[in-house]
Amino acid sequence: MSTLFDCRNAFAETLVALGEADERIVVVNNDSIGSSKTGAFRDRFPDRLINVGIAEQNLVGVGAGLANAGKIPFVCSAACFLTGRALEQIKADVAYSNANVKLVGVSSGMAYGPLGATHHSIEDFAWTRAIANLTVVAPADPEETAQAVRLAANTPGPVFLRLSRMGVPALYDHSYAFKFGKASMLRDGGDVTLIANGVMVTRALEAATLLEAHGIEARVLNMATVRPLDQEAIIAAARETGALVTVEEHTTYGGLGSAVAEVVVQTVPVPMRILGVPGVFAPTGDPAWLLEHFGLTPEGICDAALELKKPVLR
Amino acid sequence: MIDTSTPRTQQIETLRRQANQTRCRDLRMIHEAGMGHTGGDLSATDILTTLYFEVLNVNPNNPADPNRDRFIMSKGHCSGALYTTLAYRGFFPVEELSTYMQPLSRLNGHPDRTKVPGVETNTGPLGHGLPVAVGAAIGAKLDQAAWRVFVLTGDGELQEGSNWEAAMTAGHRGLDNLTVIVDRNRLQQGDAVANTVRLDPLADKWRAFGWAVAEVDGHDYDALLDVFGGLPLETGKPTCIIAHTHKGKGVSFMEDKAGWHHRVPTADELQKALAELEAAV
Ligand SMILES: Cc1ncc(C[n+]2csc(CCOP(=O)(O)OP(=O)(O)O)c2C)c(N)n1
Ligand SMILES: [Mg+2]
Repeated sequence: MSTLFDCRNAFAETLVALGEADERIVVVNNDSIGSSKTGAFRDRFPDRLINVGIAEQNLVGVGAGLANAGKIPFVCSAACFLTGRALEQIKADVAYSNANVKLVGVSSGMAYGPLGATHHSIEDFAWTRAIANLTVVAPADPEETAQAVRLAANTPGPVFLRLSRMGVPALYDHSYAFKFGKASMLRDGGDVTLIANGVMVTRALEAATLLEAHGIEARVLNMATVRPLDQEAIIAAARETGALVTVEEHTTYGGLGSAVAEVVVQTVPVPMRILGVPGVFAPTGDPAWLLEHFGLTPEGICDAALELKKPVLR
Repeated sequence: MIDTSTPRTQQIETLRRQANQTRCRDLRMIHEAGMGHTGGDLSATDILTTLYFEVLNVNPNNPADPNRDRFIMSKGHCSGALYTTLAYRGFFPVEELSTYMQPLSRLNGHPDRTKVPGVETNTGPLGHGLPVAVGAAIGAKLDQAAWRVFVLTGDGELQEGSNWEAAMTAGHRGLDNLTVIVDRNRLQQGDAVANTVRLDPLADKWRAFGWAVAEVDGHDYDALLDVFGGLPLETGKPTCIIAHTHKGKGVSFMEDKAGWHHRVPTADELQKALAELEAAV
């Protein structure tokens, strides 16, 4: 078993380092200092953490105002409340106004497990990727998280970072160079492409190993940026592997799979499977149980790929 | 409706015993689930007990009775206190509490009206209960119905602007069939409310929005029975009851500690807590 990392820690450490180097970096928070792991930033820069209380619309609006004043605000909240409660502020105050705001949604997907559907954030790709001028990123491991946070701080314009709290193994080292809108190929193969992001990337890699036993060579793409999408990588995958399986910790309505399908059907139409939460409110259960329940496991991904390849194998 | 035939002292004794039983069961349930909102459950228990066992006109055998009083648990994270109260009031078997937050249990971490009898609306995101309560109260007025609407909010929760939008609507429309109870335990998730974004002067805020306001000790059954017995406080105005409470009430080492917002008692802490509560009956 490899060591598992909570990507919030990479986020928190990078944020403090950024804060040391640039005093424009500030944090805006909604009584979630513990869960967003911004306590270290507060302790180091007490004046630069603005806790607006339990008030997410205010949270995002205040973030936009701080950007107007020349600050670089990291607006941190549980992903469900940040995107669900303040979506219009995200659209109007941040994206449409092109405010230099970095939205950080933590404990995304079904990380809040038994707290239920109100606390699951499985609609946030659909909501945020529909908004123009907003970069939407779900990093897969600590290194990619740290780089995404740094890149967000150094790139003018609105960004939404979707972070989990579920443990993930390290996939990258310092030699990796994350770019917005650029997929990273973690494994090459010619029979099928598995496209995932966030906590699902590791599971896609494990599925690729399972597929080997069936004589199927799977390509694995980490599509960390959902908007803007790496169309080139998707078109190449469709052309070169002829079949795609997308995997996301999100509803299958309007998320990563939909985004990929939008490209595929208009360029190189190939068979696809879209794996995720199939358009329901998830039941009560811990995160690992829920992923299992919805087949978001290496085995589930492997089965979907096998089914897709069936006509060819026969 | 408050029973006036039983002597008040006896009524209070019954409530006290029930609240104690609720606290014990709730703490065991949170310990077993390994998750829960301990502090806010305990601060709300006496209010919930008084409402469900003396005040609300609800019938566990007919939870959807159109003429029932509506109770909305806006601070939905305190589902533990709500479920335990509903179970003892007969809405579902007490034994079911041991499924709290287990896979496929209907006792989700936040209440789900589509699954649990007695739950009026799905809460969990803060600041949702009062607008829904206002809508229900307007509906009752349209029908000239006698049923009433009650909603329990946290105090940190009042930082959500939606509450004040709803408060303005209720004040404007003079919804005297609506009562909001604020669980004024002075703590929110990470810190004291006063250190985060202060609410004071809280009573003045509600008055300014057109509400009649009473302040009571939220652990004093006598005071709670008095104030609930005299609703509405003013004809033609919605009522706000600011219930001064203590987060973690009933367990000395949990009381008034922000750290117990969602901390789960260890086996040892559970035993100590139960011993204290049992000694108090
Ligand atoms: C919209 C929203 N934002 C944030 C949260 C996370 N949260 C859950 S409980 C809580 C603190 C609530 O404090 P308070 O209302 O005072 O409740 P109590 O003290 O009675 O537990 C927070 C911030 C939430 N549930 N909903
Ligand atoms: Mg409180």
